Amino acid sequence: MLHAMSLGAALAVLWILLSGMFEPLLIGLGVASIVLTIWIARHMDVVDHEAHPVHFGIRALLYYPWLTKEIIIANIDVAKVILSPKMKIQPHVFTVKASQLSDIGRTTYANSITLTPGTVTIAMTEGRDVVEVHALTGAARAGVESNEMNRRCTAMEGMTQKDVESDAKARAELEKKP
Amino acid sequence: MAFLDIMIGPLALADWLSWFCLIIGAFFLITGTLGIVRLPDVFSRMHGAGMVDTLGIMLMLIGLMFQAEEWIVVAKLGLILMFIFFTSPTTTFALARAAINGGINPGPKKAGRSVDIQDKKSKDAKVEHKKQGTTSSNT
Repeated sequence: MLHAMSLGAALAVLWILLSGMFEPLLIGLGVASIVLTIWIARHMDVVDHEAHPVHFGIRALLYYPWLTKEIIIANIDVAKVILSPKMKIQPHVFTVKASQLSDIGRTTYANSITLTPGTVTIAMTEGRDVVEVHALTGAARAGVESNEMNRRCTAMEGMTQKDVESDAKARAELEKKP
Repeated sequence: MAFLDIMIGPLALADWLSWFCLIIGAFFLITGTLGIVRLPDVFSRMHGAGMVDTLGIMLMLIGLMFQAEEWIVVAKLGLILMFIFFTSPTTTFALARAAINGGINPGPKKAGRSVDIQDKKSKDAKVEHKKQGTTSSNT
């Protein structure tokens, strides 16, 4: 129910941002669309912590500015490499451990690695907690291996026991299907 | 916001900030594109493309936000930025998987925590990558 309500709130904000008009007809159409969307989403059983990670909450507001700072630093490093005449690169693959409990947390971590230039996530293996990363230089690799991004992603995650169980249940159901 | 209308020299503060972001953003877009051309193989080239879809696009959109006259335009540009930040890693990941499934070796594997890469090994890697670069561009 919490997820359905927060989905409704997010859709309402999106509607107002995209239309910008407050006539009764348009607001009415907006409310109708939101109700229809939530009804369909509930029937598709996609209204959960994964589709709508409200439990990240205020902690996400701390994580994203830090990620933006990392993206800027990494961009400058890669720009230096590309613009240097000799281009000293050592492209290679390495693996790091992801300590997040949920799929959504690990996805956030893997996406954050890709968003910082110089490192690209190419696979998640071994029970979904080992991330294979392609790095352009040794310095880019050292950035990921310092483990700070992993730590901050885990701190943002804030998973409850119920969420972990519902994840395991969804995975078991997925594996049952042919 | 009123302070953005303060005139500094020939331009308002908003215009100065806008030009600053647009020029730095353009620099990162051009450098990223140059990276796609200069880097040797498909996986390394993704790093160049990554610059274009992160800081390049971010600074261009922020530069455009300073030119917006209504708050709703700023909000829409912000939404575009948010969606790009969620979708671009997904597309990069899909591209990497497609390249691996297509039989391209992503490069030498280095296990463990050591950061130093021996010179000889990295030279071998470079030769290997040059070969891959030519084969991938031919196919």
